[in-house]
Amino acid sequence: MVYTPCPFLLMDNNQPSTHPDPRRQLQMARSMCWHCQSEMSGEYFCERCVKVQPVSKDTDYFSCLGVPRRLTLDPQKLEAKFYELSRAFHPDFYQSKSPTEQTISLSNAAVLNTAYRTLRDPIQRAEYLLGLETGSVKDIRTSPPADLFEEILVLQDILEEYRASEHDSDEGRRLRDTLKTEQQALERRKEEMESRLRELFVDWDKLQDAGEATSPARVERDRILKQMRDLLSHRTYINNIVNDLAATIA
Amino acid sequence: MTRIVGIDLGTTNSLVAYMKDAQPCVIPDRNGRTMVSSVVALTDNGLIVGDSAKEHLTQNPERTVYSVKRFMGKGLADVQNDLAYFPYHLTETGGVIRIRLGQKSYSPPQISAMILKELKLRAETYLGESITKAVITVPAYFNDSQRQATKDAGLIAGLEVLRIINEPTAASLAYGLQKKTQGTIAVYDLGGGTFDISILKLKDGIFEVLATNGDTHLGGDDLDRLLVDLFVAQIKDRHGVNVGSYPDHMQAVRLEAERAKVRLSGELKTEIAIELPEDKGHFTGELTRDQLESLAISVIDRTLTPCRMALKDAGLTAKDIDEVVLVGGSTRMPLVRQRVEALFGKPPHCHLNPDEVVALGAAVQADILSGGTTDMLLLDVTPLSLGIETMGGVMSSLIRRNTTIPASAKEMFTTYVDGQTGVDIHILQGERELVKDNRSLARFRLKVPPLPAGIPRIEVTFLIDANGILNVTATDMRTSQSQSIEVKPSYGLSDTEVERMIEDSFKFVAEDIGARKLIEARLDAESLIKTTDKSLAEAGHLVAREEADAVRTALSQLSAAKDATDPRAIRARMAELEQAAKHLNVVMLDASLKRSLQGKKVTEVT
Ligand SMILES: Nc1ncnc2c1ncn2[C@@H]1O[C@H](COP(=O)(O)OP(=O)(O)O)[C@@H](O)[C@H]1O
Ligand SMILES: [Mg+2]
Repeated sequence: MVYTPCPFLLMDNNQPSTHPDPRRQLQMARSMCWHCQSEMSGEYFCERCVKVQPVSKDTDYFSCLGVPRRLTLDPQKLEAKFYELSRAFHPDFYQSKSPTEQTISLSNAAVLNTAYRTLRDPIQRAEYLLGLETGSVKDIRTSPPADLFEEILVLQDILEEYRASEHDSDEGRRLRDTLKTEQQALERRKEEMESRLRELFVDWDKLQDAGEATSPARVERDRILKQMRDLLSHRTYINNIVNDLAATIA
Repeated sequence: MTRIVGIDLGTTNSLVAYMKDAQPCVIPDRNGRTMVSSVVALTDNGLIVGDSAKEHLTQNPERTVYSVKRFMGKGLADVQNDLAYFPYHLTETGGVIRIRLGQKSYSPPQISAMILKELKLRAETYLGESITKAVITVPAYFNDSQRQATKDAGLIAGLEVLRIINEPTAASLAYGLQKKTQGTIAVYDLGGGTFDISILKLKDGIFEVLATNGDTHLGGDDLDRLLVDLFVAQIKDRHGVNVGSYPDHMQAVRLEAERAKVRLSGELKTEIAIELPEDKGHFTGELTRDQLESLAISVIDRTLTPCRMALKDAGLTAKDIDEVVLVGGSTRMPLVRQRVEALFGKPPHCHLNPDEVVALGAAVQADILSGGTTDMLLLDVTPLSLGIETMGGVMSSLIRRNTTIPASAKEMFTTYVDGQTGVDIHILQGERELVKDNRSLARFRLKVPPLPAGIPRIEVTFLIDANGILNVTATDMRTSQSQSIEVKPSYGLSDTEVERMIEDSFKFVAEDIGARKLIEARLDAESLIKTTDKSLAEAGHLVAREEADAVRTALSQLSAAKDATDPRAIRARMAELEQAAKHLNVVMLDASLKRSLQGKKVTEVT
């Protein structure tokens, strides 16, 4: 027998398996109350026996929190909804309930917390939406913006040089100043990207509000998603470098 | 629903509280003391707990355990730097520290269970009912092993631990109940052995923890040590004695150091007096607050980095904090208050009793769980990132620190060799890149059907529950079959060991209860003998001779029973004596009444 010394992770979790899909089964179970088997019409609680129902694995974070699939969300409203659902799901309120209800409460609360954490942050929200609209989120690879490619290569060299240098020497100080300037430039660049992203968010929301299924609307949709993907990927790349720089010269 | 009590199981002091008419109250002992010293001593009459055990620190240092909380969920290697300071003997079995007391070794959860039992008994005596359920507090920065060890301690003490709750968040519940404010608060908790900082948003009855940080090895104990080192050096200088080699005197030095530190919170200077070994007389001296503070500042300033990190993780700056709440005995030090004020830019809130507020909050949480309080809800976070070991000894993070709990993460696993039937998984907690720099929590083996490499798909769910404790489940995605997983903790007791300890503890409970009953019966018998002797002396001549003789016979029978070991026989003889002396007592009362009336005018009586 051979065992791996450490686990081998599959990078892509969202790839459907070719075997009986448990998600399908869950979805079917969802339409009926697990307890009294009556048809489910309420959102999270059976209207007949008032038992809590599991949040389906197919429920995306937007519908979990009962908000539209938009990229500009009112944080106050999102928080209010999160608090309301926390009061509905939190294990504290299921202490005297049946073990099944306790299990559902626990996993619902965990899903709710993930959903809120994701949607609360505009960048994570956009990455998540992109995943929903175009397939796996994990496909967003970080990549440097083409026009910064050269600059970043040079920067990497300076970083190496600085790491190897005596930090207190004149040379070290000179390198650190260069790196600081670079860091500021990159931070500005990041802010620029973020403001462009915000414009795209507004475009996306407008398109959603119009709700048209025309072919220009489809073209516009694809444009927004494509630009968003590129910007997100570049932004993460820059963000990582900025963090790295900050940590090195701190 | 049966009552749930709230317990603050502290490094130095422990307390138990309950909810009375929608207000939390700490349960005092007969003398009105609310704190139980977290000390356990092995004496010739068996194990004792609390303040009476504390007295044994200097008489019997190697058999008196204090600050056991520092050892919860730890192995011997984790506490190497502490060993020199603790007079009792530590060993390790199965990744768990063991403390030697006489002929037996005890794990830290077993020692903690003795403290819990003392609190349980205190609550039972006070409330007149049996207590089986509790909420127990832990430092927010406790890792999974330390939380699990606390839960084990509860089980061993015969308590179902319905919730493990973080100390600073518990404090915030008590604070919120009292102040009914909204806004962002920071709870700064510096006790005897641990430091925590938690930043919370209070809104509409929701207590949402935004970030938490801390140091589970930082507290008043460290200040005591600095003073101990100072005194030991001074004694060596002045008297040429190395106190370090006398464990009992070292404890005397430590206790005097702590007392001096406490006094200097109220005074600017204080006198020190320590008895020296080998009849060398006394060491005396003066310690000023300035001297203490110049030593203490380096320790106290170690609390500031965690505060800054928590602020950063919460995405806030110091000026966003509306109020800083102080918790823990060490926050009574003026220097601590100054440093906190300097960091947050506003004077801290110190109107809560820093000793009791955590226990009070635990009682509030207990009331939430039992359905009494319905408008408050605590949303806490996990203090440390959780991950697994991947190729190259690197930790891959699954749940980031400061994620709201319950929190879950799923990971898909497969094989990379044909026919492979197992995958070993190593779970870690911590913020560092490399496995070796993080805390190993547990290992388990995933069972995999023998198939070509890459075909099996096992989904593992890592779930951190509302206690901050990890639960692992696995599902074979090809068959949708879930798989039971036996997780082997790296620094914890195994389930079977905990079970054995529970059994042991029930055996001891039976013995303890037997011993307690005997002692109580003897004490009651003694006082009955004393009062009957008095009645005989005062009124024996006023009753028939046979009656007086019957009382004397019953008396001598009770005396004999008292020296034997059967509490039931003592109680039976007591009942007989009470019966025999009933008339005698009436006669005696009459006689003494008459005596007291003599010499008084009739008008004074009516
Ligand atoms: N007035 C005081 N001044 C300074 N330190 C104090 C004072 N009162 C208590 N302490 C210290 O507080 C610590 C105990 O605090 P406590 O909150 O009860 O701890 P724990 O929660 O660890 O049991 C001890 O180190 C004790 O010396
Ligand atoms: Mg405490």
